[in-house]
Amino acid sequence: MLRNKNFQIGLLAFIVIAVQLMITFTGKTPYLTQLTMTGYYSMVIIGLTLLMGYTGQISLGHAGFFAIGGYTSALLTTFNMLPYRSKPLISLLENVGVLTLRKDLYEMDILTVTPWAACIAAVILSVLIAWIIGRPVLKLKGHYLAMATLGFGTIIYKIVLATTFLGAADGLSDIPGFSLFPGLEVSGKSSIRIENYYIAWGLVIVSMILLTNLIHSRVGRALRSIHAAEDASNAMGVNTAQYKLKIFILSAALASLGGVFLTHFNGGIGPSEASIMKSVRYVAIVAIGGMANLWGALFMGVLLNFLSLRGYLGSFDDAVFGAILIIIMLFAPDGLLNKDLFTGIWFKLKRLAWKKVNTE
Amino acid sequence: MRPVDASSLYLINGMGIETFFQYIIAGITYGTIYAIVAIGFNIIYNATGIINFAQGEFVMLGAMTAVTLNEYMPLPAAIICAVIITMAVGALIETLFIRWLKNPAVLRLTIITIGLSILIRETALHIWGAGVRSLPYFTGTAVTTISIGDVLVSPQILWVIGVSGIMVLILSFFFNYTLAGKQMRACASNSNAARLCGINAKNMVSLSFILSAGIGALAGCVVCPITYVQYDSGTSLAIKGFTVAILGGLGNSTSAIAAGMILGIMESFSIWIMPTAYKDVIAITLLLLILFVRPSGLFGNAETSRLKEF
Repeated sequence: MLRNKNFQIGLLAFIVIAVQLMITFTGKTPYLTQLTMTGYYSMVIIGLTLLMGYTGQISLGHAGFFAIGGYTSALLTTFNMLPYRSKPLISLLENVGVLTLRKDLYEMDILTVTPWAACIAAVILSVLIAWIIGRPVLKLKGHYLAMATLGFGTIIYKIVLATTFLGAADGLSDIPGFSLFPGLEVSGKSSIRIENYYIAWGLVIVSMILLTNLIHSRVGRALRSIHAAEDASNAMGVNTAQYKLKIFILSAALASLGGVFLTHFNGGIGPSEASIMKSVRYVAIVAIGGMANLWGALFMGVLLNFLSLRGYLGSFDDAVFGAILIIIMLFAPDGLLNKDLFTGIWFKLKRLAWKKVNTE
Repeated sequence: MRPVDASSLYLINGMGIETFFQYIIAGITYGTIYAIVAIGFNIIYNATGIINFAQGEFVMLGAMTAVTLNEYMPLPAAIICAVIITMAVGALIETLFIRWLKNPAVLRLTIITIGLSILIRETALHIWGAGVRSLPYFTGTAVTTISIGDVLVSPQILWVIGVSGIMVLILSFFFNYTLAGKQMRACASNSNAARLCGINAKNMVSLSFILSAGIGALAGCVVCPITYVQYDSGTSLAIKGFTVAILGGLGNSTSAIAAGMILGIMESFSIWIMPTAYKDVIAITLLLLILFVRPSGLFGNAETSRLKEF
C-alpha cells in the first residue's frame, strides 16, 4: 500500500492537515510561519530531486533560479512606473490590467505590475534562462557540470549583490501580497497564517502529484534509463539530451515558483537566497533524502529547513549541511533513506551473526 | 547609476602609458596568485582525478595561521610554521576522507571536497571570526614603492612574483629529477601500472594533498599583505584558480601560469568597462565560455590534455 502513489499523496495531505490542527491546538502558531517557508523551499528540493536523482545531473546553481524568480517578481511589483504613465505601452498595459496602482511604505501612489503578472513573468524568465544555460551546461559531465552550475549560481549571486536597482546587499523590500484570487492572499500577515500554510503546502502537494505521475510514466522510465546508462539509453532511441534539458527547465521553474511565493510571503528578498551555500544546502538535502526518492527528499527537506529556520542549528547552520554532505557521500552515496542501504546493513548484520555462530 | 570613481574618470579621459603598465602589473600580481592556486588544483587532479574544491581554503588557512602565529614569533618562522600546519591539515584530510574509499566515483569525491571546504570555512569562522586580517609587508610598508621606469611597484608584488617563480622552478625540478616526483608522475599517467612497478600509489595521493596544501598556504602568506584574508576568501580564489586550471588545460601547470596571467590582466582591465563589483563575474563568465566551447583548455587539444604533464 505504501508504494501506491495515490495513497502517498493522501498521506501527505493528511499529515499537512494534522500538523496544522496540532499546532493550532497547542497554540504554537509561529511554527506555521516556518512551515510555510519550508513548503516553498521544498519546491526547490523536489525539483532538484527530479534532476539529480532521476536524470543523474548535479546542479550547484539552483539557488540562482530561486533568486531569479524571487527577484524578478520583487522588482516588477516594486518598480514605480508612474512617471511613464503617459507612454502608450505603459497605458496599454494599465488598461489591460497588468499594471496596478498601490500605496508604498510612505503612503505614496506607485504604479507597479500586479503580482499575478509578475509571477508569470518571473517563471517565464527563469524557464528562458534555464533553456539558454541548460543546453551547453548539460553536455558537460562530472565535475565539469558541477563547476559550470556552480559558476552560474555564483554569477547570479554576484549580480544580485552588486546591482544597485536590485537593492545590492540590502535586497528588495516592500513587496505587496500576492492575491491568488479575491479573499486569498499570500503575505506574511499573522491573521492569515493558516491560509498561507495551506497555500504553500497545497502548492507542494500539486507539484508532488505532477512529479509522481511524471516519474511513473514513460518519461520517468526514460529518465531512469539516462541515470543508469546514458549511452545505452541513447542507443535505445531515448533522446537523452532533450530529456535532460526538459527536466532541468522543469526543476528551474519549480525553484523559481518557490522563490516567487516566498518573496511575496516574506515581503522581501535578499542576496543570501542566491548564495552558493543555499545551493549546496539543497544538494545536501537531496543527497540525504536518497537521491532518487522524492518522498525522502521532501521529508529531510522539511526537517532540516524547519530546524534551520527555527534557529536550532545556531551558528553551525552552514557547517551542519557541509557535514551532512560529507558523511552521506562517504558512507551512503545513494542516500540515507534508501532501501538498498538498509538491506545492505541487514545482510552485513546477518553475516556477522552467522560468523559468530560458526566460530563458536 | 554606475558608481564612478576618480581613477576610472582619469582612464576615460585618456590613459598614459604608465597607467597602462600599472594595470598590467596589477593583473600579473593577481594572475600569479590564480596560477599558484591552479597549480595546486593540477597536482591533486593529476594524482587522483579529483577537483579539490577545498584548494582555496588551504590558501586561506595558511594566511590565517600565519597571521595568528606572527603575534608570537617573527614573520619568517610564522610563515614556515603556517605552511607546515596547513600541510598537516592536507594530510589529515586525505587520510580521513579520501584514502580508505574503494574505487569511488569522481563526482562523489568532488562533492566530498565541497563539503570539506564548507567545514574548513566554518571552522575558520569559529576560530578567527569574520574580521579581515593581514600580515605585515615583508619588506618596507604599505606605502613603500619601487619605481621601475615610470611605473611604481610595491615591493610586496615583487615578493609575490619572486616566490611564485621560485616555487614553480622547485616544483618542476621535483617532478622531473627526484624519485618521488617521478613516482607521482607515474601514478598520474597510469596508477595500476605504477603499482605493478612497486610504487605505493596511496602514498603518492597523500603526497599530492600535502604538496598542494603547502603550495596553497605559502601563496596565501605571500599575498596576504596585499589582498588581506578573511574566513571566506578561499571560495572566490578556488573558483578563479579552477577557471585558470581549465583555461590552461586541466593538469597542465606550465600553461596554467600563462592562463593565470590572461585572467589577471583581463580582470584588471575589466574595471575599465564595468563597475569593480562585477570584476568576479568576468572570471566566471570566462569559465563558463571555456567549459562550453573548449573544455580541453586554450593551450591543449583533447589528446594532449590526456597526456598529463606537470
